[in-house]
Amino acid sequence: MLCEACKERTATIHLTEVNNGQRSETHLCQQCAHQQGLTIKSQIPLNELLNTLLSTQTEKTTGDGETAPAAGSEHACPVCGMTLRRFAKKPLLGCPHDYTEFGAELMPLIEKSQNGKSHHCGKVPSRTNEQDRNQIELAKLHRKLEQAVKNEDYENAAKLRDQIQALQ
Amino acid sequence: MKPTDLCNYPSSWFGGGSDVISEVVISSRIRLARNIAGYEFLPCLSPKRQQQLQDTLKDILMSVDLGKKIWFVDIDHASDVERSLLAERHLISRRHAAGKGPRSVVLAEDESFTAMINEEDHLRMQIYAAGLQLHACWDRINQIDDSIEAKIDYAFDSRFGYLTACPTNLGTGIRVSVMLHLPALKMTGQIEKFINAARDCDLAVRGLFGEGTDAVGDFFQLSNQVTLGVSEEQIIEHFSSVVVPKIIAYEVEARKALLDKKSKTLDDKIQRALGVLRNACLISSQEALFLLSNVRLGVNLGRVPDIKIATVNELFMLTQPAHLQLRAGKILDADQRDTLRAEIIRTKLSQN
Repeated sequence: MLCEACKERTATIHLTEVNNGQRSETHLCQQCAHQQGLTIKSQIPLNELLNTLLSTQTEKTTGDGETAPAAGSEHACPVCGMTLRRFAKKPLLGCPHDYTEFGAELMPLIEKSQNGKSHHCGKVPSRTNEQDRNQIELAKLHRKLEQAVKNEDYENAAKLRDQIQALQ
Repeated sequence: MKPTDLCNYPSSWFGGGSDVISEVVISSRIRLARNIAGYEFLPCLSPKRQQQLQDTLKDILMSVDLGKKIWFVDIDHASDVERSLLAERHLISRRHAAGKGPRSVVLAEDESFTAMINEEDHLRMQIYAAGLQLHACWDRINQIDDSIEAKIDYAFDSRFGYLTACPTNLGTGIRVSVMLHLPALKMTGQIEKFINAARDCDLAVRGLFGEGTDAVGDFFQLSNQVTLGVSEEQIIEHFSSVVVPKIIAYEVEARKALLDKKSKTLDDKIQRALGVLRNACLISSQEALFLLSNVRLGVNLGRVPDIKIATVNELFMLTQPAHLQLRAGKILDADQRDTLRAEIIRTKLSQN
């Protein structure tokens, strides 16, 4: 079914409205629905996201004239042997080091599945060394500072800035 | 008592219904996913090292204060029906029951705590409580987590927090869930609204019984999706003070509307459900679940004075397949299960 607004893309959003007993149906594509102020959050499975990621990588490499298809996806982690291709099939990593080894490739995926978030700000094990602890605290303060500036709470922002400087 | 004896008892977390909150919120659950530093995640961990890790984690868990009586169940060597029983009681996941290789569960006899070893992550612990008790759940699991962490190093990263096999659990590794009974929202055709609103808040909605089920019997499990960049307390607070009270209010309003405007339709549904449950000779678990849900609503609304809520709650558990087979002491085929199920329901509902 085609989108009723643009008549180009496939309609994926089907809206049923009942007004004074009159039922009307609207069929829209994601983009047009968004333009009309309808937001629908879809939960895309992780492996689908990664597949998209891998395929864009392939396009890029062929676009640059390189012959190796999806060069990055065959690269194996030196600790556990995990590859992105294997991860795309079943979205489970092989070892903690994968987060470092495939950091760049995983980042967009993490942000997408974590609502745009990229830094931990919860519990920290008591045995964490002071340097890591400071880093976590700094990241937390930076986020608070951003929020304070956004809210135009400059008094609080100044305090947070001082705290950040003290830690650095 | 041994783990299989649980089949004779209702689940401690399948809650009361003595006040408005626990009528709607059946239970609260908090789960933490943890992995041990120096070990690969399970997809890349050799069976030998899985065994080694299991032994280490078992020793640590058994040395930590987890309550009065603690069991260790070797899932790999447990019988199918024993595994199913634990899954039906939400003490292990279906995935853990159906998995392969060295894996196990450490559980408290009162079922308030379980720790799965070698599931998707090395360690998955959960605290279960009846009604809305997320803060209490967090206090307890946080304490247990501290005691474990004092004895072994978790895989932790200053940027990503607790490292998990799947990036969707990264950061806090926390899954906060509440089990909801929302029959009035379903009857008044508002359940889609609830599901969409929940998804807009980045919360996941699943059926309470069985995985991938279309929330049979009006039971829903609501849980957080985002685990990174928010603190455990923030997630719990959002659930306890914002999300859950709103859902309770909607459900209560829908119940009131049913009572005010459609009391005959409502009573008809409840009494028909009772009629079938009290007379059927064969009943499937799906049908039982669906009808018991209507009866639970009826009891909560005071439309069925002769049945206690505890009886209804108990039946949800006792009529599941593995429960029936353990009670019977043998493997039953579908017809035999449907017969025994109908018999138990008839007896329990006429006792009152």
